[in-house]
Amino acid sequence: MSSADIYREIILDYYRNPRNYGKIDNPDISKRDSNPLCGDELEMHINLKDNKVSDVKFTGKGCAISQASASMLTELIMGKDFEYVKKLTKEEILENLGLPDLGPARIKCALLSLKVLKYGIYSYVAEKLNDAASADKIKEEASGLF
Amino acid sequence: MQTSTINIETIRRDFPILQRKVHNNKPLVYFDNAATTQKPIQVIDSIHNYYLNYNSNIHRAVHQLAEEATAAYELTRDKVAKFINAKNREELIFVRGTTEAINLIAYSWGRQNVQKDDIVVTTEYEHHSNIVPWQLLTKEKEAKLEYIGVDDNGELILDQLDDYLNTGRVKLVTFSHVSNVLGTITNAEEIIRQCHKKGVKVLVDAAQSVPHMKVDVQKLDCDFFAFSAHKMLGPTGVGVLWARKEILENMQPFNGGGDMIREVHKYETTWNDLPYKFEAGTPNIADVIGFSAALDYLENIGMDKVREHEIELTEYALEKMSAIKGIKLYGTSDMKKRGGVISFNLGDIHPHDLATIIDEDGVAIRSGHHCAQVLMERLDVSATSRASFYIYNTKEEVDVFIRSLNRARELFRI
Ligand SMILES: Cc1ncc(COP(=O)(O)O)c(C=O)c1O
Repeated sequence: MSSADIYREIILDYYRNPRNYGKIDNPDISKRDSNPLCGDELEMHINLKDNKVSDVKFTGKGCAISQASASMLTELIMGKDFEYVKKLTKEEILENLGLPDLGPARIKCALLSLKVLKYGIYSYVAEKLNDAASADKIKEEASGLF
Repeated sequence: MQTSTINIETIRRDFPILQRKVHNNKPLVYFDNAATTQKPIQVIDSIHNYYLNYNSNIHRAVHQLAEEATAAYELTRDKVAKFINAKNREELIFVRGTTEAINLIAYSWGRQNVQKDDIVVTTEYEHHSNIVPWQLLTKEKEAKLEYIGVDDNGELILDQLDDYLNTGRVKLVTFSHVSNVLGTITNAEEIIRQCHKKGVKVLVDAAQSVPHMKVDVQKLDCDFFAFSAHKMLGPTGVGVLWARKEILENMQPFNGGGDMIREVHKYETTWNDLPYKFEAGTPNIADVIGFSAALDYLENIGMDKVREHEIELTEYALEKMSAIKGIKLYGTSDMKKRGGVISFNLGDIHPHDLATIIDEDGVAIRSGHHCAQVLMERLDVSATSRASFYIYNTKEEVDVFIRSLNRARELFRI
């Protein structure tokens, strides 16, 4: 993808005016991760109610792709069934960002948000739901992202 | 493209990689020289020639190939000694790179000489390789690690050194001769003079100085000195540690094994002479030999000319860059105190986005924390972009880079 395709108005807008930016007190799910190569950082907080995402917020610093991706991901999962959120794939995230063909050098930036989300869900499923089998599957997906 | 000092066109012909195209046929503009430089054909040929004609292990066998390989390997040591004006060839130890050299000092000299409550002083503009080994050592020894700060001009605040030295507990002061992020040239001679007045040892991380300017270890008068071949036209996997002979003689070996021994018995071993005491095992023979060709290449041009060329390019680039709307340049504008490294940020464009955009125009720069997170914290940024020059770079390439920065600025609507 050329940078003119990557840095479209909408990506810049989410980068400069991130939606759902902030923290939640005592969230059900809380996860922080960074990309050691480029120093992108992301923390995501989620509350669940009746098996749906009732609130989601993120904080972080990094490039336009990683921050826009995180912000768009929060909008994508807000109000959605937990089952749906658990199954999100990297293709869906890239599609949602409008960056389906991002090259290998930058795909990690776009997928850091999904990685944080999956690890967050993993901890929640393992520790709060005590569902070891599902947890392992989610962990495998998370570590397989990049 | 002839500048006042060196014939760049002739030089560029020696670097086949500079002919290649990237991203839809764009000529490569390689401005990531602080990370590693390109290699001239002479270096590539010399490694090739070694493997084709006299590949052999060194020092032990008596056959002809071993003799030739040993001679070529040891000749590099002589050339390095001459290049940095070391008094004795035995003071030069081949290692993998600057990182390994610093670790060797920390693990060997450091463990012997740094005790509880002693102080090791480093600076805020160090590469991680000159911070982490000292963290490991000072934690192990319950000693303290202190930092000389960096002022807003990108220079060290030397008054702070005084305060540390006055405690009487400092065992070592260690700093980069040239900062790999800001390009600042450290006032090394002044620091070394102050430290030696108090009997404190000094390590100079010369990874960014030896490739770019004339450096004389005897004139500097430091105690330890480290640099990497790959940042000065040589191959990866070769570095040099220089240290005073009397210090090396009293240091314990770092790695034990073949070559570093005189006699091995079941429970006792005596060490080989310097420098072999610190070169255990089969070294990186081919690349040390390749490094020899890199040293010849630089000697032929002359380090004063290399420095002049970089000053000219850096001044030119700084002037053009400072005219770009929204740019923030780091480091001093005094070229006497600055090497050919320019760190910057452009508006709110994250350095990784910037690097992606200008890479499309064929321009290779570095973005990120440059293994200097302590400095990033000091500058209050998470990352910077960095352009760094070498002998084969031209003003025309700087123009391409400037145009590309402006394209990025427009894409981000700054
Ligand atoms: C100032 C400085 N010190 C140390 C190093 C580490 O060198 P190497 O990776 O060759 O061991 C570098 C290179 O990245 C550097 O710029």
